[in-house]
Amino acid sequence: MSILVNKDTKVIVQGFTGKEGSFHAEQCLAYGTKIVGGVTPNKGGQTHLGKPVFNTVADAVKTTGATVSMIFVPPAFVGDAVMEAAEAGIDLAVIITEGAPVKDMQMAKAHATKHGMKTLGPNCPGIITAEECKIGIMPGMIFKKGNVGLISKSGTLTYEGANQVCKEGFGISTAVGIGGDPIIGLSYLQLLPMFEADPETECIVLIGEIGGDLEIQAAAYIKEHITKPVVAFIAGQTAPKGKTMGHAGAIVSGSAGTAAEKMAALEAAGATVVVSPAEIGQAVTKAMAKK
Amino acid sequence: MNIHEYQAKQVFAKYGVPTPKGIMVESVEAAVEAAKELGGPVWVVKAQIHAGGRGLGGGVKLAKSIEEVRELSDEILGMTLVTHQTDAAGKLVRKLYIEDGADIKDEFYLSVVLDRKLEMPLIMASTEGGMNIEDVAENTPEKIITIPVDPAIGFQGFHGRELAFGLGITDKNEQKKIISFAQKLFKLYMENDAEMIEINPLVRTGSGDFLALDGKMGFDNSALGRQPEIEAMRDLTEEDADEVEAAKYGLSYVALDGEIGCMVNGAGLAMGTMDTINHMGGTPANFLDVGGSANAETVAKGFEIILRNPNVKAIFVNIFGGIVRCDRIANGIIEATKLTDVNVPVIVRLDGTNAPEASEILKKANISNLIVGDDLADGAAKAVAAAKGN
Repeated sequence: MSILVNKDTKVIVQGFTGKEGSFHAEQCLAYGTKIVGGVTPNKGGQTHLGKPVFNTVADAVKTTGATVSMIFVPPAFVGDAVMEAAEAGIDLAVIITEGAPVKDMQMAKAHATKHGMKTLGPNCPGIITAEECKIGIMPGMIFKKGNVGLISKSGTLTYEGANQVCKEGFGISTAVGIGGDPIIGLSYLQLLPMFEADPETECIVLIGEIGGDLEIQAAAYIKEHITKPVVAFIAGQTAPKGKTMGHAGAIVSGSAGTAAEKMAALEAAGATVVVSPAEIGQAVTKAMAKK
Repeated sequence: MNIHEYQAKQVFAKYGVPTPKGIMVESVEAAVEAAKELGGPVWVVKAQIHAGGRGLGGGVKLAKSIEEVRELSDEILGMTLVTHQTDAAGKLVRKLYIEDGADIKDEFYLSVVLDRKLEMPLIMASTEGGMNIEDVAENTPEKIITIPVDPAIGFQGFHGRELAFGLGITDKNEQKKIISFAQKLFKLYMENDAEMIEINPLVRTGSGDFLALDGKMGFDNSALGRQPEIEAMRDLTEEDADEVEAAKYGLSYVALDGEIGCMVNGAGLAMGTMDTINHMGGTPANFLDVGGSANAETVAKGFEIILRNPNVKAIFVNIFGGIVRCDRIANGIIEATKLTDVNVPVIVRLDGTNAPEASEILKKANISNLIVGDDLADGAAKAVAAAKGN
């Protein structure tokens, strides 16, 4: 078991023949991901990386039965690509592209919701079910199979966290990078119940950062509904106010969105909150021992 | 990206959002000419900087004669304004906006921002205009009305009525005017990929008209590519020179006031590295995300920018290579030591893609003040010790 994706998940790639799309699709194939084709307008009928190319997502879905789309199109076309996937009946769009206009994401996410499609990202490393299915750009080799679920806004903190968990002798069930943009798809609130329900996941690592209040919502949910141990880290305790820290959404506005506020809420919800990402591994070991 | 008040008012004017007449000037003589052209009898001399709180800082003043316009312009132009939104060093005033004085009956607050929870634009309004809105939100939250507008349907009549009634505007003619004002503002918010628009104060004049007395606009950086007119309004003198230069190389840099320079890949890990340094008793000198396409050149540039800060006593390079290959970073570090005089200890922690190759490269280069960190905790501890001279 795992959440959202596994070895049988059929995946297509939007922006399949582009530089980024090609490079990462190849890596995903090498990892074992069942990529069944891709979409690049006007290249329908060709073969790329040994897989069929389609002109439209609708064609690709009809022919391959894909349920997940990994999106690598340039930022200006992300909104369009997501809406196309939604109307073609895709279940989950994993949006890797960084720098999509916020307005486009508002429209695209609303449209996806209307059509019952889940979205992940944009500006995220993707999702990986260890040793089964990698949909994204993470270095696959650090994710050993195991019982720790991971949700993170940051790509490199996902790697840092997963690496520590594996070095402690544990492994990852599924790791999900949700992205750090102001408007994102699946977030803690949707993913926490999935991990709670997943029999393979025994502990959840939650990595957040300054800005917005998703972590506060997560804390409220954890308090009420999560029985599995949660280890949490919030990046940006030392970030100055009013400055965007790399991620477009990582900004402390006024007194809202601070790391201190989020850490306190998670602590009060019963999570083990660490002050440095260097302590994630040890905290997981302790949490697993207590179970 | 933010723009000046006078530029925001140009955008307002294009959409028919009423503002007082005004002229942007860069010299005292031009200010006097502008005042003559506007005609008076009352003018407002306004410093143009990218920060709020200008009035309290002495950057906005009323003039009742041309002579007074001259005196005030002379006083404000070239001054360094410190407000609650600038840093302690303040901002140099390079531009003034000379504006017609308005006949103010009352002051309101109106803004459009992105509500991240609702994932749609939110109109915020208050009868408490001219005040710091964060104070109003804190002390009298009931005086702020919020109206979410779904972009799929746009600004409808009911949104407008909610606004007019919410602000206690009862005169039918005035209701029409404020609704039209907000409708135009919402349109320009959407069409220009704005991130936020704030008008504080929005005034009602003695004759029942509504005017944007101030105007503040910020834009979605990701959308600037399709907003050439907005992008052309960018004033680089208002931005931190190092941050602007870093951005040219794909680096995301923010200066802080500590002693340990940081070079990290990924925004989250970069913040996490700062937090770890802080937790271990050190102080970060900067946030620096080298991004996903880091190479020797960008790493060398990063070192150069970090080392411009005289407070830097050590540099911690913390890379967890996913897309970024550690061997490229290692080559960048060697390149940097050739191009720049790296006169502080450099602690390097490289993990992930091609980390073993990177460690070979660094070993061969045999750089004297380079210290290897085994993992995040070890690297941060060594950086903190090095900055303390141990």
